[in-house]
Amino acid sequence: MHLLEKNYFSLKGFVRLHTGTVSVVCEKKLSLFQEKIDMSAYPVESIRNFSIIAHVDHGKSTLADRLLEITGTIAKTDRNKQVLDKLQVERERGITVKAQSASLFYNYKGVNYLLNLIDTPGHVDFNYEVSRSLSACQGVLLVVDANEGIQAQTVANFYLAFEAQLAIIPVINKIDLKNADPERVEKQIEKLFDIPVNECIRISAKQGTNIDKVLEKVIEKIPPPQCNTTDPLKALVFDSTFDHYRGVVANIAVFGGEIQKGHRIVSAHTNKRYEVNEVGILTPNEQPTHKLYAGQVGYLIAGMKEVTEAQIGDTLFMYKQPVEPLPGFKSAKPMVFAGMYPVDQTEYNNLKSALERLTLNDSSVTVHRDSSLALGAGWRLGFLGLLHMEVFNQRLEQEYNTSVILTAPTVPYKAVLSSAKLIKEHGKSEITIINPAQFPDKHSVSEYLEPTVLGTIITPQEYIGKIIVLCQDRRAVQKEMLYIDEHRVMLKYLFPLNEIVVDFYDALKSLSSGYASFDYEDAGYQAADLIKMDILINGNPVEELSTIIHNDKAYATGKYLCERLKDAIPRQLFEIAIQAAIGKKIIARETLKAYRKNVVAKCYGGDITRRMKLLKRQAEGKKLMRKIGNVEVPRDAFIRVLKRQPEK
Amino acid sequence: GSGARLRGGVPLVAAAGWYCWYSWGAAATRTSGCCRLCACKGQHPGVRLVGIRGPCAVRAEPGPFCGTAVCPTDTLCPQWPYCRKHCSYCSFNKYVVPAVDEAAVRACLVREAQTLLRLGHVRSVTSVFFGGGTPSLAAPRTIAAVLEAAAEVAYLPAGAEVTLEANPGSADPARLSGFRAAGVNRLSLGVQSLDDAELRLLGREHTAAEARAAVEAARQLFPGRTSLDLIFGLPGQSHEAWARGLEAALGLCDDHLALYQLTLERGTALEAQVRRGALPEPPEELLADMYLSARTALAAAGFHQYEVSNFARKGARSTHNLSYWRAEQYVGVGPGAHGRFVPWGEGGRQREARVQTPHPDAWMREVRSCGHGTRRRAALSPLDQLQEVLALGLRTDEGVTQQRWGLFSPRLSLEAAFGAPGEARELQERGWLRLNGRALRCTPAGLPLLDSLLPALLCQLRRRWNAVQEEDGGGRDSR
Repeated sequence: MHLLEKNYFSLKGFVRLHTGTVSVVCEKKLSLFQEKIDMSAYPVESIRNFSIIAHVDHGKSTLADRLLEITGTIAKTDRNKQVLDKLQVERERGITVKAQSASLFYNYKGVNYLLNLIDTPGHVDFNYEVSRSLSACQGVLLVVDANEGIQAQTVANFYLAFEAQLAIIPVINKIDLKNADPERVEKQIEKLFDIPVNECIRISAKQGTNIDKVLEKVIEKIPPPQCNTTDPLKALVFDSTFDHYRGVVANIAVFGGEIQKGHRIVSAHTNKRYEVNEVGILTPNEQPTHKLYAGQVGYLIAGMKEVTEAQIGDTLFMYKQPVEPLPGFKSAKPMVFAGMYPVDQTEYNNLKSALERLTLNDSSVTVHRDSSLALGAGWRLGFLGLLHMEVFNQRLEQEYNTSVILTAPTVPYKAVLSSAKLIKEHGKSEITIINPAQFPDKHSVSEYLEPTVLGTIITPQEYIGKIIVLCQDRRAVQKEMLYIDEHRVMLKYLFPLNEIVVDFYDALKSLSSGYASFDYEDAGYQAADLIKMDILINGNPVEELSTIIHNDKAYATGKYLCERLKDAIPRQLFEIAIQAAIGKKIIARETLKAYRKNVVAKCYGGDITRRMKLLKRQAEGKKLMRKIGNVEVPRDAFIRVLKRQPEK
Repeated sequence: GSGARLRGGVPLVAAAGWYCWYSWGAAATRTSGCCRLCACKGQHPGVRLVGIRGPCAVRAEPGPFCGTAVCPTDTLCPQWPYCRKHCSYCSFNKYVVPAVDEAAVRACLVREAQTLLRLGHVRSVTSVFFGGGTPSLAAPRTIAAVLEAAAEVAYLPAGAEVTLEANPGSADPARLSGFRAAGVNRLSLGVQSLDDAELRLLGREHTAAEARAAVEAARQLFPGRTSLDLIFGLPGQSHEAWARGLEAALGLCDDHLALYQLTLERGTALEAQVRRGALPEPPEELLADMYLSARTALAAAGFHQYEVSNFARKGARSTHNLSYWRAEQYVGVGPGAHGRFVPWGEGGRQREARVQTPHPDAWMREVRSCGHGTRRRAALSPLDQLQEVLALGLRTDEGVTQQRWGLFSPRLSLEAAFGAPGEARELQERGWLRLNGRALRCTPAGLPLLDSLLPALLCQLRRRWNAVQEEDGGGRDSR
């Protein structure tokens, strides 16, 4: 009973995400008593490892649900909506953040096949995770919406699979839709990806049309993994999750040898030794097995305490039998930074533990303690990208019921130092600047650098004009322009990353009535004319509002910040000048006039109780004011200026 | 000399209020006996009976007098809750009903007045102010009944100021003389504007001509004691229109004017129209200009500003309102009335903020069953009271006097609270505040900014107050 209870609670997170989940819990409890599956029944030749890749909303998760149903992995019910998307935020946004995997058993022409579906995150922010997932596969299903056609993310995903030399099976989904035009999509695929029209499978994942054809193609087109059970153990960690009772659960693909309970293994990245407690497959819930053999995909529990011990891309091998690590391992590199602060400082410790719990499951977020005079104690978090940041914030609010202030995102700039003194101080000539306070002076710098991305935009042609103007406005340089069919155009632009971190995607969506899609990939650093802009209130600089910006944008940004600050500071007894300055030069100014009269006209009888309450609250509020010179600035004024604008 | 002086032909026994010099300090001359007014025998906590050492309304009759903040001298504020029509800007507790059972309301007002005056051990009623609603809609005999009731249970000096709020629509000469006969000796007329379009916007039921006639009639019957209420800062009102209106009012008025900037209160028709954008919101700069230029115009006409919105000439200040701004005690009677007094009768020791039940029918039921319809009571701590003393006192030209402050704060003097470096000092340096041996008060330049000065002053007061409490180590018995 004790064991059952423990398992029941460890399932809580899962249960909460499903409505009407009683039956799910029962199924799981029953499975605990099932016999362990003997994985030796599936030799390498009968194994296929594949992923589904698609643009957002093109039906990747629905197709996965159907595949799970048809192979009997899950019961066929109406409830099976995106079974692999376990996070609430994933269900809400229709995206996959954490890759989930499932092993499917399928009999085809008398042979029992083990098909490992390795789900991938659906967004380039998680590009690295996608590429690691793909490295565990030999093929992909490239799902394209029959109505929307190829979108920016389809292109990015295709190239990831193509570069990994995987078998690519194009699947045209949603053919049941009224406006579906599979022929046009087939032509797009032929033109862009050079895949013959007749290789596309037309399906409707929603209605279950042609799903068996997909499975046939998986078996016929995708090669079995190239590996041998007799080789020494070599396993790729392509994902990891954290379980409060069992520690880290690492998802692994076995590239050689076999692995079972009691084996002593080593991480190539950390060189730490572990003893295997449990191995198994995902169906999609964890199902223990006796062993995992070369070519198979499953999970492993080996007493790892933190997800950082099971880094994505790491290679595991048998103790004293080291192997050449699998290529492509990289530590997560944050591309977008934002300050995170509790709304109320008394919530600091709660937020801290929520952050810790969440980062247990997402090692790609970097966390540095930070504090701001305006916002109090908090953290500077690094994210893989904007979506990653948003998803993280949403998970924090939803799963841990914690409300936070997120400041406007910034990107990591670099400076190539020319001052010998500074080089000595930093121990290197190129430094990364995350905080404007660290921005080195122009005189001691030979060059400033900013991160760039290569953006792909796919749009109906009528919006091209507006989109080009938008891109130019964002300092982007056009690299390519291609008609993918008679109506749709693919544009490629090199963007400074900071130009797209705030509201580019919203702007693009609104000027194209939602039809244009956008995706980007890292494109390194470029030289940039960067400056540090200060905001002054009556001549006194406000440290937390200092920003690093491109010279061309200084005026517009300065004006905007001054205007927002003017709206956020209450009028006072004297005139207040709000200025944006670069060095000593003032580039923008707003003036908040002094109060001339604010005394309430009437103060009799019942009013006094109410008035006193208000006055006492104001008196209390004065304690919370931040004094800049003699100007009292409410804390929320900075929050209002620093916070990201709500999406329109 | 005699405290009972004649002013404007009317005896003003209570003109200076029923307070006396007193002190807890060594300088006080301790005397024995009991307070002549409240017969309190010095049993109020923290109070010693002292000899009278200064200007006092009752100096003519010397004798021991406790004269403290807790000495039960009160003003009385009966409320008549009914109106004939809802005004578009008014958020007061008022009811428009087809028929009022006046005898019943009268009986309840009388009963509640007596109950509460007894509860507060009120020995002397220094002034009476009939508010509302529209109290001029009540019959003169109702007014008379309330005054008689007060006189039965407390000392109501013959010359005590008795003000009635009146609307021009119910202020014909016959009614007004009825009110005078009932004991009313001061009239506050809700003229609001002398422009018919503005009156319509405000939802008033009278016209400018009716207002003029009412003022004429009132001045005949209450010479030197008629006040006019005017409103400025109406949506769409220009500076010129206000200047013209004020000029017209100056040509018409007696010796007292109240100029109120329109407050757009939530829940009123006017506020909703402005919020919807159907009417323009008056710009703050314009409102400031209107207020400042009106002050200048009134000063030129010989009026002295004795409170943020109140102006008087020839000494025609309202003693009732002054005692309110001096944070004296008052007993509120009637639906929704507010009061501030110590309920000695129930063994109370602290001043309470009290509110009567707002709805007239419910209020009457309660009065009939328990003698009063008090709905809410909240004890005011000594610091709460001091904060009120400050917030109200600074609205007046006299400010918060050392002497008044001392009544409420025996341990922390005005000097000690605001003389030390801090917010008050800064505000003095900026020329908005003045602290001298007599009082703490706003300068003419500081008065319009009072609501920005107060939070800072409250901060300083709280700090100093807490420091003194700590010095006392949790409270040396001040008795």
